[in-house]
Amino acid sequence: MNLFKIAWRSVQQRRLSSALTGLSMALGVALVVIVLVILNTVEDTFRKNSGSWDMILGAKGSKLQVVLNTVYHLSTPVENVPYSFYKEWETKFQSPIFVSQLGNVAVIPVCMGDSYQGHRVVATIPRMFQVPYAGNLEYEFAAGRAFKDIPGNNEAVAGSVAAHKLGLKVNDKIRPAHGISDETDLKDHDAFTVVGVLAPTGTPNDRAIFINMESFYLQEGHALSEELANQRAQQNGQSRSQDDNKEPTNEDQSQDSGDQGGGNQDAGEQATASNRHWNVRPVAFTENTLQEQEDGQSHAGHGQAEALPEELREVTAILIRFDPEQTALSSMYSMKMVKDINKGNVAQAVLPLKEITDLFNTFIGPLKGLLMFLAVLIVVVAGIGIMVGIYNTMNDRRRDIAVMRALGAGQVTVMAVILFESLILAVGGGLFGFLLGHVAVGIVSSSISGTTGVEIPMWFLTWQEMVLLPGLVILAALAGFWPALSAYRTDVSKSLTATP
Amino acid sequence: MLQLKDVRKSFSEPGGGVLPILDVPEFELGAGEQMVLVGRSGSGKTTLLHIIAGISRADSGQVIINGLDICPMPEAGRDMFRAQHMGYVFQTFNLLPAFTALENVLLGMTFGRMRTDRQRAHSLLDRVGLSHRLNHKPSELSVGEQQRVSVARALSNRPKLLLADEPTANVDPGNQQQIVDLIRETCREEGVSLLMVTHADDVAEQFDRVDHLNELNRQSQAHSDPKKKSP
Ligand SMILES: Nc1ncnc2c1ncn2[C@@H]1O[C@H](COP(=O)(O)OP(=O)(O)OP(=O)(O)O)[C@@H](O)[C@H]1O
Ligand SMILES: [Mg+2]
Repeated sequence: MNLFKIAWRSVQQRRLSSALTGLSMALGVALVVIVLVILNTVEDTFRKNSGSWDMILGAKGSKLQVVLNTVYHLSTPVENVPYSFYKEWETKFQSPIFVSQLGNVAVIPVCMGDSYQGHRVVATIPRMFQVPYAGNLEYEFAAGRAFKDIPGNNEAVAGSVAAHKLGLKVNDKIRPAHGISDETDLKDHDAFTVVGVLAPTGTPNDRAIFINMESFYLQEGHALSEELANQRAQQNGQSRSQDDNKEPTNEDQSQDSGDQGGGNQDAGEQATASNRHWNVRPVAFTENTLQEQEDGQSHAGHGQAEALPEELREVTAILIRFDPEQTALSSMYSMKMVKDINKGNVAQAVLPLKEITDLFNTFIGPLKGLLMFLAVLIVVVAGIGIMVGIYNTMNDRRRDIAVMRALGAGQVTVMAVILFESLILAVGGGLFGFLLGHVAVGIVSSSISGTTGVEIPMWFLTWQEMVLLPGLVILAALAGFWPALSAYRTDVSKSLTATP
Repeated sequence: MLQLKDVRKSFSEPGGGVLPILDVPEFELGAGEQMVLVGRSGSGKTTLLHIIAGISRADSGQVIINGLDICPMPEAGRDMFRAQHMGYVFQTFNLLPAFTALENVLLGMTFGRMRTDRQRAHSLLDRVGLSHRLNHKPSELSVGEQQRVSVARALSNRPKLLLADEPTANVDPGNQQQIVDLIRETCREEGVSLLMVTHADDVAEQFDRVDHLNELNRQSQAHSDPKKKSP
């Protein structure tokens, strides 16, 4: 019979207290695993995905929100910038001078704010699928093709997760809704035809559905429609009369967009996601028309829509990816861009990598540290629990230890038995906690990927977990040492004579 | 086989004084010999057995077993010596409650760095009539059965010397004789020297040799003399 088995028998003998101390260790270790796995994967994925775009031009306001909204499809949508602003930069980067200096710069407009069954709909141009993501990976189509740039073709491309969850296949019809949440009064748009399904990218784009921007501008709420304008007037008259006064007209909008972005942040809590965006815009576009048509109540479903003239169009953001072969000049130019654009009133230039790094350094980093500290603290407390648990049994076991000594066990031997016992509880509980933690990760990973787009494999192992086993062994040795010392010091003669 | 020379032992008193218990100038037990040690309660019989077993150390003198004096040995050396050469049967059996009958017997061979011999454990339990209760815990055994397991355990490491401290004191009279016979017969079969302490006259009178501790012990002679008693 080996010492390990002797220790195991003693653990068995005290089933309940062993199970409880082991469980407290398991919970502590599970927590450590959960914190490590989730925070590390989230951080990894966030950093990796922020590498898709070098710069984002968006409405003034929270920089982080611009990034979260356009790159990660999170958070409430941001305000818009004029289409002309996009055209301005697109033309600029295509001019021969720029091309000769900066190479091939991708300038991709996106219009956000629509959704389809909980998945965000991003209106953009087909070129987006030619821009590498997460460093230098190329989009691939699991089925079909990219949509074409033709107004009114109503073509859509689904990200892999969105396609999988919604069961979308090529030629399926989807009807995006106005707004990003599951509000009941969402207005459905015309049907779009899925022409392609993207292969998994491991980025938040997997959850998104992309539609042709030219078709997007024909949709109710984005296009110029009398019925719509009329209806908006009614809605806004009731719910946003205050805001209406502040709502800038189209002409002064470019001048005011700075203030507006800031003001919107404050109003963000009261305003619903949908009425802050595209369905508000037409009110601004047609302020004059509204006054005239205020009495018109008739609503005949989808009216005849006419594409927005370019000067009335808006985009949510402009995503920019510089030529990776021109990094030196690009970074110099991007610094100048940030300065110039942020000086103006139209928009702000945001560097996503910087925003995400700041987010992690100032907020998530310390949070991770705190969570880790608490989790490790729980493990240590569980270790103390083991120590106290074993120590409390020492009085009852004095005699058993003395008997083992009388059978010839040495002081070191009985000490080792106690240390093994501590080891069984700490490492056994720890291994159970390790499984528990990963199973918990597996259970929550689907909801995490649903909200953040971060896929967390259940058996994702972090290097810190490799420290777990030696750490537990050391903890077990420390926890067992005090009771083991007490076993070592047992006065055999006295303990044998003591009446049981 | 066993030889004591000038073995003295005293305990410190709570008040700070010294309480002398043993002063045994001369004692011998031959190989394979069986004897009984009697003496009134508190005379130091258990203390003497502990000293012989190396569980506690004599203040001075020699305890020679198989030609080896265990007194100068360090504690670990005495533990190993005990594990390899001695068996001990307690008045209160002292089976380990977490282990089955078989495991308790196996424990008896675990600490002497010998190969645990399951065969021997089985045959010993068979010898004490418990081959059908191998996997029972002590709490599932009768008092007499427990003491029989502890006899098997004491012999499991093939000791040269078996020390038995009132092995029948907690056993009902019906089982008493059975236990004594068992101990004596197995010791005889295995050629083990037996030193048994007992208060039972009917047990003692079965032995050829019965020693009285107060005859061996100068200290108890001093005790019985009120004038020499320490203040
Ligand atoms: N650790 C100790 N500290 C102080 N005194 C002790 C200690 N152990 C034993 N004694 C004393 O030594 C004396 C002898 O004790 P011991 O247990 O050897 O007696 P015994 O002959 O076995 O008695 P019994 O027949 O009742 O078992 C007793 O007076 C006891 O109080
Ligand atoms: Mg005694």
